[in-house]
Amino acid sequence: MPAFLLYLVHTLFPPDTRQPTELGADFMILVTGIGIVYILTRYKKWRWLWREWLTTVDHKRIAILYLIAAIAMLFRGGVDALMLRTNLALPNVQPIGALEYNEVFTTHGTIMIFFMAMPFIFALFNAVIPLQIGSRDVAFPRLNAMSYWLFAFGAMLFNISFVVGGSPNAGWTGYPPLTELAFNPGPGESYYFLSLLIAGIGTTITGINFLVTIIRMRAPGMTLMRMPMFAWSTLVTSALIIFAFPPLTVALALSLLDRTFGSSFFTLGHGGMPMMYVNLFWLFGHPEVYIVILPAFGIFSEVVPTFSKKRLFGYTTMVISLVSIMFLAYGTWVHHFFTMGAGPTVNAFFGLSTMLIAIPTGVKIFNWIFTMWGGRIRITVAMLYQMAFIPTFVVGGATGIMLSVVPADYQLHNSYWVVAHFHNVLIGGTVFGLLSGLYYWWPKMFGFILNERQGKVGFWLFVIGFWVTFLPQYLLGLEGMTRRMYTYPFGFGWHELNVISTLGAFTMGAGFIALVYNILWSLRYGERDLTGDPWNGRTLEWALPSPAPEYNFARIPVVHGVDEFWAMKEQGMTLANQLRPQDVKALELPKNTGMPFMLGLSFFVGGFGMVFEWWPIAIFGGLGVVACLIYAAFDYDDKEPLPADVIRHTEGTFGRLQA
Amino acid sequence: MRRRVRSSRRAYRMLALAALGLGLLVSGCGPQYVVLHPKGPVGQSELHLMAFAAIAMAVVILVVFVLFGIAVVRFRDYPGNRNPYTPHWHSHKWLEPLWFIIPAVILTVIAVPTVNVTYALAKLPPSKDPVVINVTSLNWKWLFEYPNQKIATVNYLYIPVGKPVLFHLTADSPMNTFWVPSLGGMEYTMPGRILPLWLEASKPGVYWGHSGQFSGIGFEKMFFYVHAVSGPKFTAWANRVRATARPMTLTAYHQLLRFNTIGAESYSSFPASTWPSVSHGFTLRGGMYLLKSNNPGATAQH
Ligand code: HEM
Ligand SMILES: [Cu+2]
Ligand SMILES: [Cu+2]
Repeated sequence: MPAFLLYLVHTLFPPDTRQPTELGADFMILVTGIGIVYILTRYKKWRWLWREWLTTVDHKRIAILYLIAAIAMLFRGGVDALMLRTNLALPNVQPIGALEYNEVFTTHGTIMIFFMAMPFIFALFNAVIPLQIGSRDVAFPRLNAMSYWLFAFGAMLFNISFVVGGSPNAGWTGYPPLTELAFNPGPGESYYFLSLLIAGIGTTITGINFLVTIIRMRAPGMTLMRMPMFAWSTLVTSALIIFAFPPLTVALALSLLDRTFGSSFFTLGHGGMPMMYVNLFWLFGHPEVYIVILPAFGIFSEVVPTFSKKRLFGYTTMVISLVSIMFLAYGTWVHHFFTMGAGPTVNAFFGLSTMLIAIPTGVKIFNWIFTMWGGRIRITVAMLYQMAFIPTFVVGGATGIMLSVVPADYQLHNSYWVVAHFHNVLIGGTVFGLLSGLYYWWPKMFGFILNERQGKVGFWLFVIGFWVTFLPQYLLGLEGMTRRMYTYPFGFGWHELNVISTLGAFTMGAGFIALVYNILWSLRYGERDLTGDPWNGRTLEWALPSPAPEYNFARIPVVHGVDEFWAMKEQGMTLANQLRPQDVKALELPKNTGMPFMLGLSFFVGGFGMVFEWWPIAIFGGLGVVACLIYAAFDYDDKEPLPADVIRHTEGTFGRLQA
Repeated sequence: MRRRVRSSRRAYRMLALAALGLGLLVSGCGPQYVVLHPKGPVGQSELHLMAFAAIAMAVVILVVFVLFGIAVVRFRDYPGNRNPYTPHWHSHKWLEPLWFIIPAVILTVIAVPTVNVTYALAKLPPSKDPVVINVTSLNWKWLFEYPNQKIATVNYLYIPVGKPVLFHLTADSPMNTFWVPSLGGMEYTMPGRILPLWLEASKPGVYWGHSGQFSGIGFEKMFFYVHAVSGPKFTAWANRVRATARPMTLTAYHQLLRFNTIGAESYSSFPASTWPSVSHGFTLRGGMYLLKSNNPGATAQH
């Protein structure tokens, strides 16, 4: 027995997870966990948690779950980033060693892309899309809950690696043969493959769900060309997800086979072809960068017209450019490895295709500017992020173009120039977009408005911090500093710029704290949104009270054009004063179910078993997955009636029912 | 009053931007900006293209910034704004196609030289005999074998000035990239593949190189030094190594395969079997990346 315990401790907590940072994290997790359990027990909230949240299938609640996860992951990824930057601030000064640094840059990248940006995007999809297209729910509410729990348990599996067994340490791209067992013993990389596989299933299902929702569930009269632009970008993003994730799944699964079962798809010896992984990864990876930027484009296409008090300029060209980006996104992946010797013809082709995709992107920038042209711009926090986005993203795109110039990329590839480029587009594009969307739709999600003044403080910290962090990194690239070094020697002239960059990173950290403070402050003191339309909005979600009732629309509106709600307001015909009692019909709502949660849990258990190759546990988890799916297939009792009286009563309390 | 405060804030922002730009220009001149101070023809033409693209991109950035600035300044919502308010203006027959045309033109301007230089750099300069060096990245060190001089080194190189050097790159380890920023761009070293890359130093000097692709815990120690010397000095150096260094046995090679970092080493000979005799993929024998040149040296040795 003691021998077994010793084995357990040694496997789960090997020496490199017993360092100060890890122990600190252990302690934090323990304290937070105990705190949560205590509060839930003290206030008898366990049942509430299970019935209202863990089993919910309501897209508006799932949105909130996604958002909480995304902000928590933004925190984790941000702490990672500060650790990285601290280590690099001065030459040869290393608070954390190579071992930990390699783990931290790997978890930073993976978490920011897969467990921060993606759920943040899905939070906004869930919060907004059904309301915006005049629908009562998504097409498959249960699948929607399943997506969430697969993502959440995948994220959990990834995060526990830091304290249980050891983190992955081969970068967010996970190139073999570095991920091979021979070069990377320990459970870290298996955590990486398994958690991304599990979360990836959830993501693919979300793509399918929103594609079908938008194709099938629009309000009568809302033709595709009358859809709000955020719905368009969601449609295109979903299509990208559906076709981009399979290559990733294949790449990850084959790598896992190499590690766990000794196959040789990508190994150094036995005829493995590591470069095949690189192809598969970027066949996913390049569409992925558009998966995370297009929703931000959609958000800006809502924010700009609202705060410019003017219709979106060039609706048709916006749609054309979105759709052409969707197709072109699959044709540029080789630009991530021009320097793998594919030859001048291949390289020239992919250099040109990369430049080509910049054209529709440029079109969108001009259209946003000309939406503002002739408008009346109100400078709110949501609009500020948009106004920071345009110059920032243009610079990020321009440096991307320089990378698509093949001979230039030979000098810039894998240098800090690339690091600066993708943070420039990911932060300046995706994160600014998501924060803009957060401030914009927050009242709709929660019923109160985030404080504008505090929001502006956070904004300036964040934007200034961003530029101070990443502008020096372009220069570091030109100084020949390569990425993923945990420290660097004196004498290359790299230290000045690195210090500046680190200062910028901490400024961004302060911006994040300002955001969280604002959320907590506004929860208590923030202005309540009583009208449901705090920004003088243009699209249907603003026609509803904030937050929207669980059935969304008491009566589905009929749509006559772009910006339907704006048109309604111009005619004095908002939904608020149109509903007569006899118009209200009884409805059926999807019924809550614990299956998605149990399914996620089973995947988690199975994944955990596979990470440590404890087969009984892995098989147990697998059986749980099968059991959940069988249960789901035969569970016909999945709807709940909602009587008309209840709806009338709810609408009455909002003051939206005619006498 | 409010307006004046705003416009002075704007002025400050402009000033800050200008200062930043100036700082960039000035700092761009320091010798530590190795990419901007190439010491050979490959790095030179890569830099020229990079600068050309940068100028074209600066034009784009300028146009967007100016349009955006005007829009923000003119159309903000403040009482008494007399600029036209046109809430229903949402499309334009000429402007919208123009958005496609402007970027297309600028990108074409960049695309043409990009294609040309991409092809040009894939060719060794014809009339010159290249020096061939076989490079193997190991955990975490560089092994350089000179098949014609029959010597080998670890973590440092001698090359003759004014002569193209043809590197054949492979790995007996996870991937790395071979990068000497003062001479030109990088190329991957991958197990089971041999990728060619040519560089040339036009000035004597010692240039540092490094791996660009993360390969594990000793990765940041993968610096190496390239000594570019005159032709006679290069020959003298090679002769000296052949005469004075110890030979590399297979045992010594296997010691190099250990996961560690070491300093510079020299070997008077090396066993043939350390270089992969079979390489799948399309790159053996000069393959696709390096276009066929009339020069027999280009495909030497395999
Ligand atoms: C004008 C548009 C863009 C162009 C021309 C462009 C071009 C490129 C090129 C050529 C590379 C490869 C550089 C190298 O590794 O040597 C690259 C890397 C990258 N780009 Fe972009 N890009 C653009 C926009 C974006 C956007 C919108 C995103 C995401 C929001 C993005 C995210 C990334 C990421 C994450 C990487 C590097 C990933 C890695 O190696 O870890 N890019 N880009
Ligand atoms: Cu980052
Ligand atoms: Cu890409």
